[in-house]
Amino acid sequence: MNESRSRTGSALTLGLGIAAWSLLALTIGLGLGLPETVEQDVYSRLIAVHPPVAWAAYIAAIVTAGASLVWLVPRTRSETADLVAGASAEIGVVFTGLMLATGSIWGRPTWGVWWVWDARLTTSALMLAVYVGYLAIRRVPDAYEVRARRSAWTAMAAVVIVPVNHFAVEWWRTLHQGRSLAQLTPGDDLDGAFIGTMLLGFVAMTLLYVWLLIHRVRVERMTSRLEDEALADAIEARRAEAVGAN
Amino acid sequence: MWRDALAVAAKDLRIERRSRVATHQVLPFALVILVLFGFALDPDRGFLARAASGLYWLAVLLAVVLAAQRAASIESGDGVADAMRLSGIDPAGVFLGKALAVAVELVALEVVLGFGVVVLYGVDPSGLGLLVAAAGLATVGLAAASTVYGALVGGTRVRETLLPLLFLPAAAPVLIAATRVTDEALGGAVVGASVGVGDWLSLLGVFAVLYLCFGVLAYGPLLEDA
Repeated sequence: MNESRSRTGSALTLGLGIAAWSLLALTIGLGLGLPETVEQDVYSRLIAVHPPVAWAAYIAAIVTAGASLVWLVPRTRSETADLVAGASAEIGVVFTGLMLATGSIWGRPTWGVWWVWDARLTTSALMLAVYVGYLAIRRVPDAYEVRARRSAWTAMAAVVIVPVNHFAVEWWRTLHQGRSLAQLTPGDDLDGAFIGTMLLGFVAMTLLYVWLLIHRVRVERMTSRLEDEALADAIEARRAEAVGAN
Repeated sequence: MWRDALAVAAKDLRIERRSRVATHQVLPFALVILVLFGFALDPDRGFLARAASGLYWLAVLLAVVLAAQRAASIESGDGVADAMRLSGIDPAGVFLGKALAVAVELVALEVVLGFGVVVLYGVDPSGLGLLVAAAGLATVGLAAASTVYGALVGGTRVRETLLPLLFLPAAAPVLIAATRVTDEALGGAVVGASVGVGDWLSLLGVFAVLYLCFGVLAYGPLLEDA
C-alpha cells in the first residue's frame, strides 16, 4: 500500500481541522469569560457548548438520512453515499452522547438532579437509542447491496426523531427551557454576548463535524480496500501453495 | 392491494391458529410479565394499581416483540419469501396483511391483559371509550411499526436480538402516549398536566399513519432482501 493511500489527511482536512479546533478553542475561551447569571450562576456558560453540540447531533442525523435517500434513489446510488450515512451516524451518536452529558452537568446544579423525564431529555435519550440501533443494523454482515438498503431504510425511519426532539419543548410544556435562540433578545448586551458565543460554537461544531466526517469516510473506504486486498492476497497465497505442492 | 392484504392476513392467522404460538407462548409470556411486575413491585403498597397503565402497556410492548418475531419468521424459512415475491402479490398488500394479522393478535392480547390488570392489580376499569380509542390507535401503530422492523431485520441471522434493539426505542412514543391516555381513563392522571388527552391520542394517530405509510413504501424493497 503506497503512502498516499495510507493516510486520511489532505490539504483540505488540514485546513478544516485547524479552523475547527481553533474556533472550538475560541468558543471555549469566550464561553469561560461569559458573565455569571443570577438564575444559573456559572453554569449559564454551558450555553456556549451545549446547544452547538445538539446542533451537530441534528446535522449528523439529517446528513445520515439525506445520504441514505441518495443511496435509495437508483440514479444517484453510490458507495460514497452509504459510507457518508454510516460515518455521519457514528459521529452523531458521539455528539448525542455529549449533548446528554453536558445537559446533565448543567441540570444537576440547576434542577437539582442529573436526569428528569421531561420531553426534551426523553426524546434525546430515544435519539441516542435509535441511532445505536441503526449502527447495530449496519454492522450485521451481509452482501453490500442488502446491507446498504436495509441501513438506508432504517435511517429514513430514524430521522423522524430529530424534529420531535427539537420541538419537544414547545409541543410539551415541560422542565427543559425553550429553544435557546428563540429565548434570547439580540438587542440586550448580555444576551448579545451569549448569542455571539453560542453562534461561534455552532460554526465550530459544524466544522468539527465535517472534519470528522471526511476522515471517517476515508477510514471506511481504506478498511474496505484493505479487506478486498487481504482477500486477494489470501487467494494468491493459497494458489501459490497449491502450485508448490504440485 | 386490499384483497392481497386480506389474503395474507388470513394466511398468517390460519398459521397462528394451527401452530398456536400466539395463544400458547406469546399470551402466557405477557401474563407472566404481569405477575413478575407484581413480585417486583411490592403489592401491599397499592403501587401496582397506580402504575397499572404503564405496566400494562409495557407488557403489551414486550409481547409485541415476540409477535413480530413470529410474524417475520413465518416468511423466513423454506423459500417462503421467494414464493411470496414470485406470486405477484402487491408488496404493500403483504405489509398491510401482515400488520393486520399482528393487530388482530394484539387486540386479543390486550383484552386478556386488561382482565389480568383488573384481577391482579385491583384496577377499577372506567372510561371505556377512551381506553378503546387509545388501544385502537396504539394497536395499529404497534402492528405497523413491528411489521416494518420485522422486515428490516428479517433477512439477518441476528434478528432475534436486533429486533428489540430497533423496535423498542421506536415504539417508546406509543408506550408514553397510551400510558397517559389510560391513566386519564382510569382517573389517575396528573392534575394540571400540561398535555391534554387529545394531544396524546393525536400522537398515537400520527405514529400509526407514519408507520403505515413507511411500511407501504419500504416493504417492497425490503422483501427483495429477505
